[in-house]
Amino acid sequence: MTLYNELPATFVTTNVDKLINWGRASSLWYLLFGLACCGIELMQTGGPRADLDRFGSVPRATPRQADLMIVAGTVTLKMASRVKLLYEQMPHPKYVISMGSCANCGGLFDLAYSVLRGVDKVIPVDLYVPGCPPRPEALTEGVLEIQDKIHRERYLTRNP
Amino acid sequence: MKAEEIHQRLQACLPDGVGDLHTECTDPWIAVRPGAIAAVARVCKEDPELRFDFLSNLSGVDAKESILVVYHLYSYALRHSAVLKVEVPKAEPATQTVTPVWRGANWFEREAFDLFGVRFDGHPDLRRLLLPEDWEGHPLRKDYVFPTHYGGIDNTRDYNL
Repeated sequence: MTLYNELPATFVTTNVDKLINWGRASSLWYLLFGLACCGIELMQTGGPRADLDRFGSVPRATPRQADLMIVAGTVTLKMASRVKLLYEQMPHPKYVISMGSCANCGGLFDLAYSVLRGVDKVIPVDLYVPGCPPRPEALTEGVLEIQDKIHRERYLTRNP
Repeated sequence: MKAEEIHQRLQACLPDGVGDLHTECTDPWIAVRPGAIAAVARVCKEDPELRFDFLSNLSGVDAKESILVVYHLYSYALRHSAVLKVEVPKAEPATQTVTPVWRGANWFEREAFDLFGVRFDGHPDLRRLLLPEDWEGHPLRKDYVFPTHYGGIDNTRDYNL
């Protein structure tokens, strides 16, 4: 935890970057957006057993309220421009998890005429989660890795 | 009814449009001339001895020089089935729509148009069904060349990484 207490009673001392990052990392709202069978695992990750909500990650049904895009599934060429549009509608700062083999590199559909060979051809990706599809534990770890990445950022001093 | 009886009945109704019966395969099929499929479909649906009330599938086959449009018919009323095939030239693949006979043919024919480029004359709304409207080519043809780019996206991949 990045908050630490040197004074007794009701005071907490920290620096502003760490406080902001603590807040950002603990409210990582993701875009409710499934494309294929990975979408089923994404739902399981948000469900009661894996319970992604306990890390402050809740699904949002609009990109304008989302911080994190989880590209869960096969991105077809027809869908690629829509994925890009959704990404562009998200406010900064925003993060992308590419979930599963299809979103990572085309996966099973590598030789298909209609499938994009990796979502990183249209949007920047922060983290790749391997698997076909990845288990909820794997996606949970992916979200925790994004939280670690947020903690390492210097949010206030990044763009002076 | 057996396939032979269905074939005889169809030939009796429309001698010009209906070709031979082929029985050398699992599902016997009846060849139909491209210009006659609408009339044949109408007879199949409305003839009291045939009563094919359901078009269970409409698909396409690339047969190198030509494209086959395959109709799988079923009669819930009489519990018999039939397969019709229409052979159209690959250079100018045009046949007639059966949408007025079976409403379900609408999207089947759009799909066949999308993936094989078969033109169904008289179709109410012949657009691509699955692929984007600006897609080039018809992917299920054997001579289809896979695109490397689409809509400004480079979709090539270096396999030697």
